[in-house]
Amino acid sequence: MTALLQVERLHARHGLLPAVRDVSLTVAEGETVALIGANGAGKTTLLRTVAGAHPASGGRVVFDGVDVTAMRADQRVRRGVALVPEGRKLFAELTVEENLRVAGRRARPGRWDLDTVLDAFPALAPLRARTAGSLSGGQQQATAIARALMTNPTLLLIDEVSLGLSPIAVDGVYDALARLIADGATLVLVEQDLGRAMAVADRVLCVLEGAIVLTGRSADLSREQVTAAYFGVDHAADRTASELP
Amino acid sequence: MNWVNAVVQGIFLGGLYALFACGLSLLFGVMRIINLAHGDIAVLGAYVVWAIATSFGLNPFLALVPALVLMLAFGYLLQRLVLTRSIGSGQLIPLLATFGIAIVIQNGLLQAFSPDVRSLGPQAGGLTTASARLTDTISIPIFGLVVLAVAVVVLGGLQLMLRHTGVGREMRATAQDPDTAGLLGVPASSVYARATAIAVATATVAGAFLAVRGTFDPASGPTQLIFAFEAVVIGGLGSLWGTLVGGIVLGVAQSLGAVIDPQFSILAGHLVFLVILATPRGRSLAMGGARA
Repeated sequence: MTALLQVERLHARHGLLPAVRDVSLTVAEGETVALIGANGAGKTTLLRTVAGAHPASGGRVVFDGVDVTAMRADQRVRRGVALVPEGRKLFAELTVEENLRVAGRRARPGRWDLDTVLDAFPALAPLRARTAGSLSGGQQQATAIARALMTNPTLLLIDEVSLGLSPIAVDGVYDALARLIADGATLVLVEQDLGRAMAVADRVLCVLEGAIVLTGRSADLSREQVTAAYFGVDHAADRTASELP
Repeated sequence: MNWVNAVVQGIFLGGLYALFACGLSLLFGVMRIINLAHGDIAVLGAYVVWAIATSFGLNPFLALVPALVLMLAFGYLLQRLVLTRSIGSGQLIPLLATFGIAIVIQNGLLQAFSPDVRSLGPQAGGLTTASARLTDTISIPIFGLVVLAVAVVVLGGLQLMLRHTGVGREMRATAQDPDTAGLLGVPASSVYARATAIAVATATVAGAFLAVRGTFDPASGPTQLIFAFEAVVIGGLGSLWGTLVGGIVLGVAQSLGAVIDPQFSILAGHLVFLVILATPRGRSLAMGGARA
């Protein structure tokens, strides 16, 4: 598989505080990668920097062979990068359909339009005239993912997939993601739920204090290794999974 | 003038104020800035119409068409070249930027056209003085009716555009969250430039009607800004139909004030504005944000 996304020695800051430190990673076409880590580890900033919503203070982001580091978020969207932001960030006063149409107006050509998105998320069809602010958490997350799909991305970044959702809503969202993955979508997920992340992802990257401290295929990593890297209690985890005993 | 006729005249005057105010309301609703140059932009539009009408011997309403094209372009460039640099820098910087634009426009007009008072009324023909008498004491000014009708069409058109077109949905989305709109491929700067162009165009229409209805000079802008601001606040910041109501309330207050004493006209409008602003509803309207 060819690398769709290459992040090279990326740095990002919040004011003077480093939030992302010297991160390098690649995501291959059709791959699902999970970013895990504790609150404040830098996952969201890393994802937002890749999407162009946060400025990089060093390093570069190469998407589909093009250096997009200096591009604005809307320019990266037109190249095929879409981010489902933390907290969904729906336009609360717009209806579900209006949220989708806003994303579709300048969309790249592709398979996703209002009809195909509503086919993929059938629970949204009866809600299309409802304002987004009146939806439940699960419905909002489904709308946010559907809205991002309306841009016809080749790379979908989803921040905090299950945060604040009921278990039933999480099941619904992951069912939808499973269908996208089966269709060959390329996904990068930020997820606090280790079990969910490891179940759905081809690879897991653990972020601690802005740096990646553990990488490996989900099938090759033990829960203990990931947990240790997650909390930063075992510095032996600061190696790739293949190096671990 | 009896009280009923004063109310009728005030409603028509309110149409003009609503027309002045709708661009101010749109810019606040979409960009969250208060454009202190709005009145001066309207007067600039009036001068553009006057220059075209006198240069080519056109009726002011015909001259308004090319003037609108020029002012749309002016509004687009104004945002792209000046306002865009002040967006996202807090509330003070856009205020200072638009205040500076107002000073530049006023002094530019003084330099180009002198402080002489002008009017487009004579070139508009009998429309400005025509009226339909309903009773012995109540008459409807035809020009006032035209202005009110145009205000309703402009505000209604803007409302339809915001609700039912892709451009309007992008404006509403960007007004709510420009960063998230950017994550969906919608560049806020482009949306803001369109909104500014539309706001400047509506101000030009209002400026032209002001020039037909009465007189104008390079210093006329700030007064119109105050009336527009009062109409917007009375109607609720960012609410287009509220702006129409606000303009009419202001116009009626001024007309009724004039019945009491001609010198009390403008002050009556300010007093109504202050009274409405002081009520809990007024405060909530003023803080209501974009509801277009």
